[in-house]
Amino acid sequence: MEPVGISHFMAVGAIMFVCGVVSMATKRNALGVLMGVELVLNGANVNFVALSSKFLTTAPGRSLGLDGQFIALFVIVLAAAEAAVALAITLNFYNNHSTVDVDRADELKG
Amino acid sequence: MDLSTALPTLLGIAWLLPLASFTLIVLFGPRMGKHGLGAGYLATSAILFGAVCSWLALIFWFGHYGFKPAEHGAEAHAVAAAETEHGETEHAAAEAATAEHAEQSAGHDESPRAYTNDLYTLGQFGSLKITISYYIDALTVGMFAMVTLIGTCIHFYALGYMHDELHDVTDHEVTLADGQHLHRRGRFHRFFQYMSLFCFSMLGLVYAGNIAMVFVFWELVGICSYFLIGFYIERKSASNAANKAFIVNRIGDFGMIVGLMALWGSLGTFAFGDVKNADGQIERGIFSQVRDPANGHALTVPDGMVRAAAFDAVEEIAFKHPARLAPGAAASEIESRIPTWREQRYGYWLLVIAGVGIFCGCVGKSAQFPLHVWLPDAMEGPTPVSALVHSATMVAAGVYLVGRFFPAFAPEVLLVIAYTGGITLFLAATIAITATDIKRVLAYSTVSQLGYMMLALGVGGWAAGLFHLLTHAFFKSLLFMCSGSVIHATHTNEMPKMGGLLKKMPYTGYTMLVGCLAIIGAGVPFVFGFSGYYSKDAIVAQALSFSQSNPLHGSIFFYTAVGGAAITAFYMFRLWYMTFAGEPRDHHIYEHAHESPKVMYRPLIVLAVFAALVGCTVPDWVPLVGGLGVQNLLEQARPAGETGAGVLLAGLAYPNEHASHSHDIHVPATLYAFSTALGGFLLATVFYGVRWLNPADVKQQFLPIYRFLIGKWFFDELYDFLFVRPCYFIAFLIASLDRRVIDGFIDNTARWTRKLASIDDLIDRYFVDGLVNLAAAWIYSLGTSLRGLQTGKLRQYVMLIVIGTVALFVLINFASAR
Repeated sequence: MEPVGISHFMAVGAIMFVCGVVSMATKRNALGVLMGVELVLNGANVNFVALSSKFLTTAPGRSLGLDGQFIALFVIVLAAAEAAVALAITLNFYNNHSTVDVDRADELKG
Repeated sequence: MDLSTALPTLLGIAWLLPLASFTLIVLFGPRMGKHGLGAGYLATSAILFGAVCSWLALIFWFGHYGFKPAEHGAEAHAVAAAETEHGETEHAAAEAATAEHAEQSAGHDESPRAYTNDLYTLGQFGSLKITISYYIDALTVGMFAMVTLIGTCIHFYALGYMHDELHDVTDHEVTLADGQHLHRRGRFHRFFQYMSLFCFSMLGLVYAGNIAMVFVFWELVGICSYFLIGFYIERKSASNAANKAFIVNRIGDFGMIVGLMALWGSLGTFAFGDVKNADGQIERGIFSQVRDPANGHALTVPDGMVRAAAFDAVEEIAFKHPARLAPGAAASEIESRIPTWREQRYGYWLLVIAGVGIFCGCVGKSAQFPLHVWLPDAMEGPTPVSALVHSATMVAAGVYLVGRFFPAFAPEVLLVIAYTGGITLFLAATIAITATDIKRVLAYSTVSQLGYMMLALGVGGWAAGLFHLLTHAFFKSLLFMCSGSVIHATHTNEMPKMGGLLKKMPYTGYTMLVGCLAIIGAGVPFVFGFSGYYSKDAIVAQALSFSQSNPLHGSIFFYTAVGGAAITAFYMFRLWYMTFAGEPRDHHIYEHAHESPKVMYRPLIVLAVFAALVGCTVPDWVPLVGGLGVQNLLEQARPAGETGAGVLLAGLAYPNEHASHSHDIHVPATLYAFSTALGGFLLATVFYGVRWLNPADVKQQFLPIYRFLIGKWFFDELYDFLFVRPCYFIAFLIASLDRRVIDGFIDNTARWTRKLASIDDLIDRYFVDGLVNLAAAWIYSLGTSLRGLQTGKLRQYVMLIVIGTVALFVLINFASAR
């Protein structure tokens, strides 16, 4: 049995990412889409944290320090801000159209 | 205070005060008091203070030099008392003065007492120096006193005369296109603005110490005259008269410019007297060049003129001199030849041309014979203007300039002046006989009297001419102001509508009688007379004295002068009788006539006193003021040297003016002048006073002559035919040339330009615009085809992003694998 290494974390991140993308591509409910976005972002976060963790690297002296963790924190903050804006838009959309179906939101089409 | 600083200062203040008044009125005129009334007070007080300064200067002059003319050899200093502004030059000046003094006491010592210096150098261009300078002698002081006194009287008078202008005016002589009379704002302040400017210019003309400055102020008085004649500018007659005066004066001034060029080109200076320059050297003025003190003030053609006239020979020497390389050799050679050339009369013509040129300006300004036509028309101006500008001062400026320039006139020039004056005198006097407009009679009388002055100067009567200038200024301004008072009362200029006004307006009537008596030269022969008696006598005596040495010319002048005296007496009393005596001819006018307000008739009384007394000389035995008189004052300014004999006209000989005072000339002259004037007076009395003869019958008998005179010798028609019509014709030709050729050319050019432009327009529209539009169309169609991609389906976009990303990875993988 192989110990838990970097590739395992990356596999989890990839699964989260793909789930998120599929969720964005298939959900018609705007909230579902937003959840998908969160999944994508957090999938990426997992990769950042894993890749910069000093416990997981094999080659000593090649550590990235805390860079990955900080970027992950930034992403979380950004995701929170983005979610707030997106929820506000969704709420407005619901007020105007009495629905949150993203397929109905096609007013900006060419 | 030294006289050499006191006089320029006092007269300078008198000169500049009206300028200050003018400036203030220009800037603030309409806001000065109610309707600009304050402007009148300002201008009047400016000239009043000027008069105070001028009379102070006169008193200083008398206090320093006494009343009597200089005894020969008594006190011959104060020549060209150039002021020294810098301490270091003072010593040199004193030295020069002593040297000059010594030279004079050794030789001739009749140099006039004159003060001259530069005040300010406006500019120096090579040897051409334009300065503001002064030349003050007894004549200047006398003129200042006269101009400012008369100016003050007339300003006061105008305060009353112009009161109509204090409120809105309806001009009944101007009918507008809609049939209404012109209604305009009053222009009280504007009148006084120009009067102030005029006083400044006139005083500057008299003050001036060089001929260029004279010319500047000469033009300034001309433009003031133009403004004032055209004061009622909306009247066609007034604007025409203003133009006429201005244009006719330009003709004279053209001659003057020629004279100025001749003078400056040959003498290199404009200054009258000798002026000390910044280096302490004396720059010789015109007078001392023409009349060299070293040569006994005899008329000498100056070196400069000789050199200029003999330019061929000068050139020959300058370029072909054998010792050309030696510095100054040619110059000294030329210098040594000058006396020879002068003997050969080189340069004399230049002197004559310069003199005649300067006189041309005087002909225009003083309304002498060929150019006299403007003055009668100038009567369109308000009467105070006629009194000040067109009788007393500005028109006398020509006579003044002839008097000022007298030393530089050759005998031949003087003969020209005498003939011009004689013709003018006779011509204008005859026209005055038939004129019925009261102001025009006075205008022609002015022309005639100016002719008298020119005649006097032309026959060598320097003092006589200028004496008449001063006395005439007083009585003629008085006469004009009286006529203005009459016009003010009757609202008409036509004498046939007046008559019997003496009862209604006694002050005006009696002061005008004094004026008439003064102009005809009334008096008790050899005892006492009005001012004109003395001055006219002096002229007739000088003409008689001249005729004894030149029988041919002289007798013409003498009989003209004597005949003129008779005609003057006739028309002046015709005027007085028609206006003031007899029965009223127009009862409506008579009923409404009234004496003028005090502000108007009080100046008349002042002037009447002067008109009566200004000619007298206090007898020598009277204590304190013995010898006080205009004649003696003028004698103090008499130019040094004899007029001499003609060079080009052999036999032309000018007697000394003092010869005319001798008993055997003076007595017959007085008798001639007095008896002819008496004859004219009696004739007028017979016709218009007691009416023994009916003027209408006489008119019938001499109808052709009457027509000739009432048509003013048809000078206007002649000039119209000779100059105005050809001018119009040439203008017409040029206009049609303009219209056909030049306009045609321009029109064709425009047409071709339009055609070219339309072609250019096509290119622009189809080629340049086409390219731009094509590009736009392409981009538009590209945009249209791309808009299909923008479906608005969110899930589709995500799918596209995913597919794109995957494709990108696959591509990169393949690319890096290789």
